[in-house]
Amino acid sequence: MTVYLVRRLLQALLVVFAMSVIVFVGVYAIGDPVEILISPDADQIERERAVQSLGLDLPLWHQYLVFLGNALQGDLGRSFVFNEPALKLILQRMPATLELAFGAMFISIVVGLPLGLYAGLRPNSPVSKTIMAGSILGFSLPTFWVGLMLIMVFAVQLGWLPSTGRGETATFLGVQWSFLTLNGLSHMAMPAINLALFKISLVIRLTRAGVRETMLMDYVKFARAKGLSPARVTFVHVFKNILIPVVTVVGLELGSTIAFSVVTESVFAWPGMGKLIIDSINVLDRPVIVAYLMIIVLMFITINLIVDLTYSLLDPRVRLEGKGA
Amino acid sequence: MAAPTLEVRNLRTHFFTRAGVVKAVDDVSFTVERGKVLGLVGESGSGKSVTGFSIIGLVDPPGRVVGGQILFQGRDLARISEEEMRDLRGNRIAMIFQDPMMTLNPVLRVDTQMIETVLAHKKVSAEEARQRARDTLGMVGIPSPDERLKSYPHQFSGGMRQRVAIAIALLHEPDLIIADEPTTALDVTIQGQILAEVQKLAATTGTSLIWITHDLSVVAGLADDIAVMYAGRIVEKGDVSAVLDAPLHPYTSGLIGSVPSRNKRGEPLRQIPGMTPSLLNLPPGCAFRSRCPRAAEACLAEPEIRELLPGRQVRCFHPLSETSEQAA
Amino acid sequence: MSDATLNGAAAAPRKDRVETPFRRFVSEFMESRIAVLGLIVFTIIAFIAIFAPWIAPQNPYDLAQLDIMDGRMEPGTVGGAGFTFWLGTDDQGRDMLSGIMYGLRISLTVGAGSALIACIVGASLGLLAAYAGGRTDSVIMRVVDLQLSFPSILVALMILAFLGKGIMNVVIALVIVEWAYYARTVRGTALVERRREYIEAAQCLALPTRRILFRHLLPNCLPPLIVVATMQVARAIALEATLSFLGLGVPITEPSLGLLIANGYEYMLSGKYWISFYPGIALLITIVSINLVGDQLRDVLNPRLKK
Ligand SMILES: Nc1ncnc2c1ncn2[C@@H]1O[C@H](COP(=O)(O)OP(=O)(O)OP(=O)(O)O)[C@@H](O)[C@H]1O
Ligand code: SF4
Ligand SMILES: [Mg+2]
Repeated sequence: MTVYLVRRLLQALLVVFAMSVIVFVGVYAIGDPVEILISPDADQIERERAVQSLGLDLPLWHQYLVFLGNALQGDLGRSFVFNEPALKLILQRMPATLELAFGAMFISIVVGLPLGLYAGLRPNSPVSKTIMAGSILGFSLPTFWVGLMLIMVFAVQLGWLPSTGRGETATFLGVQWSFLTLNGLSHMAMPAINLALFKISLVIRLTRAGVRETMLMDYVKFARAKGLSPARVTFVHVFKNILIPVVTVVGLELGSTIAFSVVTESVFAWPGMGKLIIDSINVLDRPVIVAYLMIIVLMFITINLIVDLTYSLLDPRVRLEGKGA
Repeated sequence: MAAPTLEVRNLRTHFFTRAGVVKAVDDVSFTVERGKVLGLVGESGSGKSVTGFSIIGLVDPPGRVVGGQILFQGRDLARISEEEMRDLRGNRIAMIFQDPMMTLNPVLRVDTQMIETVLAHKKVSAEEARQRARDTLGMVGIPSPDERLKSYPHQFSGGMRQRVAIAIALLHEPDLIIADEPTTALDVTIQGQILAEVQKLAATTGTSLIWITHDLSVVAGLADDIAVMYAGRIVEKGDVSAVLDAPLHPYTSGLIGSVPSRNKRGEPLRQIPGMTPSLLNLPPGCAFRSRCPRAAEACLAEPEIRELLPGRQVRCFHPLSETSEQAA
Repeated sequence: MSDATLNGAAAAPRKDRVETPFRRFVSEFMESRIAVLGLIVFTIIAFIAIFAPWIAPQNPYDLAQLDIMDGRMEPGTVGGAGFTFWLGTDDQGRDMLSGIMYGLRISLTVGAGSALIACIVGASLGLLAAYAGGRTDSVIMRVVDLQLSFPSILVALMILAFLGKGIMNVVIALVIVEWAYYARTVRGTALVERRREYIEAAQCLALPTRRILFRHLLPNCLPPLIVVATMQVARAIALEATLSFLGLGVPITEPSLGLLIANGYEYMLSGKYWISFYPGIALLITIVSINLVGDQLRDVLNPRLKK
């Protein structure tokens, strides 16, 4: 297990390193670093001073080391727009994004698992066919457009839910959260559902495929041959087996949910890091862009790592192999 | 004489596939007396497993039992409700599968899989159920059962897993066990051990056994009666030594001829020529005729199973007489 | 054997009906009515996109044809010039129906174009990886794995952040997002095919590598490639729409469906739904029809699922 852990950690570090090179090269070599890192409003003298202080006259590899050194100290540059450290800006907005993403994941599991289970157990029933057709729709619907339609129906026409913003928040662990107040929850409902839509379809399909595959296994037939009730066969023997892949994939999807919240946040003016990055790209606030990319890469790799480890905990086979190694 | 444990009459199980109807089991009849072992033999695809699943009521769609009776202690299993059937499964009738690597659920511990079986049919405490599981594991020769109960299936070898599966089948001391090639996937020594133990258990508990296999030597050592299946039908049945000594059906004879054994050392093994026919849209007439050395015009008609000698039934127009040479 | 017909009778049912693979493919595809519907709908959409300049009631980008007085009219109103705006107008008095037809043109071009380039790039690299093996293979596949572990939107955002906005940059971003899917698919199939006898035979005949790759390996990788390509066209269209909606995609002078939807955003809060609604419907129908076709293609072309 330890060997496995260490190997996995080393791998993760390698990917972080590779991504930092890519982001660095993307910003410094493909784009014009002067353009990217210095406010467009700066005058000639300011520019030259900045070029010197940023070390842009140094060779590329040297520049990268400086970049890496600063990054390791948590210095990813200052936002031109907010005139604050880019990292701080992003960390400030992270809780909003996280609660939205977790809300969406929660919805996708609570809705997707039962529907997928049903569709897998009765693949030929009309209800199952409707569920599956719905899941195709869920994959096909452009998220941002669905968001707009939600706003149109529930905020503009019916007036049930607020259209934008985060609403009231409450403090927990020194951070502001919307899901702790009723008003905040009402603000969160539409964006979370919007963000969940795609994942619901994914969970449905995954669950259904898993159920259908597992139902054919000998051990399920054996469980039936033991005279167990259909409920026990389904919820213990089948369910426990599909839970592992489903949990893995859903866990892995957390990263992509955070990435896709860029769209949802823009539609619902949800003040998270997704909205920040879009605004920053639009106004060319590049230090923030760099910081966002680095942070999200880091998050991704952490999530993948955690999911891998959870997976090995859930599946006794993987766990034991790990022990043996 | 007491009623037989199981009497199957004219059982027919068909699969309704998109390509057509597969008559996997077609007009199969046999009887298993109390405490006796029936060996059900035949090539791959001859319908042995489907027969077993039909008895225990686990034929999966698109398959269905379409005719016949399955009289278990006088009750027709083909006509009882799913609830009643579930009461019997794992309780009065148990089944053991071919591949021990696949029959135990990989994500559940062995104790879970055993205790749930006890609790499915008996209202006892979890502790009593565990006790029963432990005893049964000991019975099938698993050392330190307490420790083993807490393991996951993948921590066992194939032979050990099959013992666990057998233990699960024995939990409720069933009246009938259907063993579907339970030793085929194991190596020979372990196969021998398991056979000996199962035989002992059957003898002491009065359990009847249907032992499905394509290995005639297993049947020879274990079974009282034998039924030979070919293309979904029983072509010959009778007392095991009588059938093996002097087969009446050309197919049985061919099967025996293809088994290496002591008295034929030095002679080349005889293979039955040709392949098992597809059960899909089987043409009328004797299904074996394309491979049968004795086939003739008459075989284009359907042979009925008939009692040729006392206690010996065969489905053939030109059975081998007892004097003719084996596997002519 | 005494009678030859005895043999023949038993062997006959095993043989399959005689039919060409293509016929079988078509008839199996036709089995799903909804997929056929998808195909028909998509054909109509493609037709509209191609012939938009000739069939659209208006050229929405010819300012001379627009009248600001017609701005934000409801669907069905008759405009100043005397013709009916069936789907309403946007803030500039542009006929939405025409706007959508032109928008489809841009969306489909960008989507299909980038999918095609990605397919060529990805399939070539996938073939190369499978055929060359060794270090080439592991380097290519590492990149593929790394890229696929990040969601498409993030990769696209990253690239647009490096390159800036613009239609060419969107195409580049889409290609970079998608090539990995093709590479993985082709490599997987090619690795299986490579071990087949006919490739070994071709190698024994010392046929040139290029010939083996493109004449022998590639055709056998086509079925899965077609499935992936179909799905990726839909994904590319959706992603382009999303990027354009976020303001990172096509410029205002060449509005795709995504940009049309974004334009309607601010008017929606005042109840003028149609500016966003109808382009969205067009986008949805396009994507759904492609996905329906793709789903059925996958079922038909995937031998594993075949009974
Ligand atoms: N789900 C199914 N759909 C269609 N046909 C089936 C299905 N299951 C079994 N069959 C048919 O039933 C026939 C008998 O199968 P069965 O599994 O009983 O054979 P078997 O005698 O147990 O062979 P083996 O020694 O390989 O286990 C096979 O020829 C097969 O074609
Ligand atoms: S009926 Fe005819 S073909 Fe069939 S086994 Fe007997 S002799 Fe052979
Ligand atoms: Mg079998």
